[in-house]
Amino acid sequence: MATQLKDTRHTQSLPQGSVTWPLPPRMRPDLPDHDKATLESYLAAAPLEDVDIADPLWWETDTNHVYFKRLRAEAPVFFTSVNSNRHRGFWNVTRWNDVMAVDTNHQVFSSEAMLGGITLFDMDPDFIMPMFIAMDPPKHDVQRKAVNPIVSGQNLASYEELIRSRTAEVLDGLPRGEAFDWVDRVSIELTSRMLATLFGWPQERRRMLTYWSDVSTADPELPGNPGKEERQGILLGMLQEFTMLWNERVNAEPTGDLVSMLAHNPATRNMPPMEFMGNLVLLIVGGNDTTRNSISGGLYFLNQNPAEYAKLKANHGLVENMVSEIIRYQTPLAHMRRTALQDTVLGGQLIHKGDKVVMWYSSANRDDTVLDNPDAFIIDRPRARQHMAFGFGIHRCVGNRLAELQLKILWEEILKRFDHIEVLDEPERVPSAFVRGYKKMMVRIPA
Amino acid sequence: MVKIIYVEHNGARHEVNVPEGENLMEGALQNNVPGIDGDCGGNAACATCHCYIPAEWEHATGTRSETEDAMIELADTARPNSRLACQITASAALDGLEVHMPATQH
Repeated sequence: MATQLKDTRHTQSLPQGSVTWPLPPRMRPDLPDHDKATLESYLAAAPLEDVDIADPLWWETDTNHVYFKRLRAEAPVFFTSVNSNRHRGFWNVTRWNDVMAVDTNHQVFSSEAMLGGITLFDMDPDFIMPMFIAMDPPKHDVQRKAVNPIVSGQNLASYEELIRSRTAEVLDGLPRGEAFDWVDRVSIELTSRMLATLFGWPQERRRMLTYWSDVSTADPELPGNPGKEERQGILLGMLQEFTMLWNERVNAEPTGDLVSMLAHNPATRNMPPMEFMGNLVLLIVGGNDTTRNSISGGLYFLNQNPAEYAKLKANHGLVENMVSEIIRYQTPLAHMRRTALQDTVLGGQLIHKGDKVVMWYSSANRDDTVLDNPDAFIIDRPRARQHMAFGFGIHRCVGNRLAELQLKILWEEILKRFDHIEVLDEPERVPSAFVRGYKKMMVRIPA
Repeated sequence: MVKIIYVEHNGARHEVNVPEGENLMEGALQNNVPGIDGDCGGNAACATCHCYIPAEWEHATGTRSETEDAMIELADTARPNSRLACQITASAALDGLEVHMPATQH
């Protein structure tokens, strides 16, 4: 491997704090129009180093896969320096085995919030929200264990009936023979109800949880999204509301919801306010943005692949396997990011201490050196559980079993009711290199 | 072939033959033994092949690696005799081993 080592003096992340707000303008290819085909041909031919794959453009248009396919083949561990004055520069890790190597090596690849955290763009340095996903051991371990029981197998069994009756209620309330937005009526509706239950939050205000989730992950630069200061204010408002719940529950008997669990566990009961806020954001986003987008994605994929939809209708027993395939194919969180704590070599590249390392789960899940025919959506794929979407290692998604349960019940209940659900238009996608999701997807259930 | 007896949480026993050199997660998957998922494919990176090894077999199965230990310690169902099946390799010394499984994998 040594012969492949390159001197990467010019491909190192810029120091922390070198990027200041407002961010300088983004360099973007000068293309006559931004339609999908034009963007895909650009990504297929552009010099690799000219592309900033963190640009929301490539995600809103769902064109990024063209670039990742090239990276996996030509430069599987590759440094992005274009627009470094906005994101400090970062390593792209695109192959399954390299992502696995980073994800399972928390000794070298840190998740620490103070180093920037777990997303490609650093946490706002004057608004650091510590949360257990953005901590290293040992603190990570004890905080994760504080909430782990709520999503363990045995506890989930107690939720099953509730999830099923709610799913039935939401599906029974859908219109027939007219167009409606699946994201709003089903995906958001079901995930927000579940989240409210997990937090012991009032059901009638469940959409606030969706709102806070969206605000936490929204790009403050994009028109229509809250700006940086406004975002901070909104999240502080969330903290205030949850602090009231905390105060009610800290002196009461444990009630089994997340707020009560955090308030009673020795590892979390003395958290400073920003850390409480951070963990709330983590649990809200973790329980919301992810399952929501797999709910939308599943229906979209079945419409794109009529033979698979037919297979499912003919054999409802495929639901459980399909759920894993939906999650792989969607990969609702496209990446997790780490910070190198020391110089290290990955895929023949020399990574320096302090470098940002981005594990592209969405790319690893399409790695054809590990998965057969990964670009195809195959609901009876053998070993469908072996996908990368939940991450691996100590930060692996804690709510994965809940997500699978919600999706399984949804599809069982859909198949009981509807012969077909038709996706009417291309969905509108979230402009984010982190949340790989849908804003709107119009559908119709035949009358 | 090495005889391995996988015992589900409800007591159901599955006696299967695992080729020497194969890990016990693969041994379960290839014989369709329920209760072992093996989501990470054998990297000690997910803890969905969590199992309990009876004390009398510990000398034969060995002990947890550091990576394995980190994953097991995060599980609610962890016990002192917890192992990840993917980190145990079938060998003649394990012939007749009973592998006990938790109620659910997480």
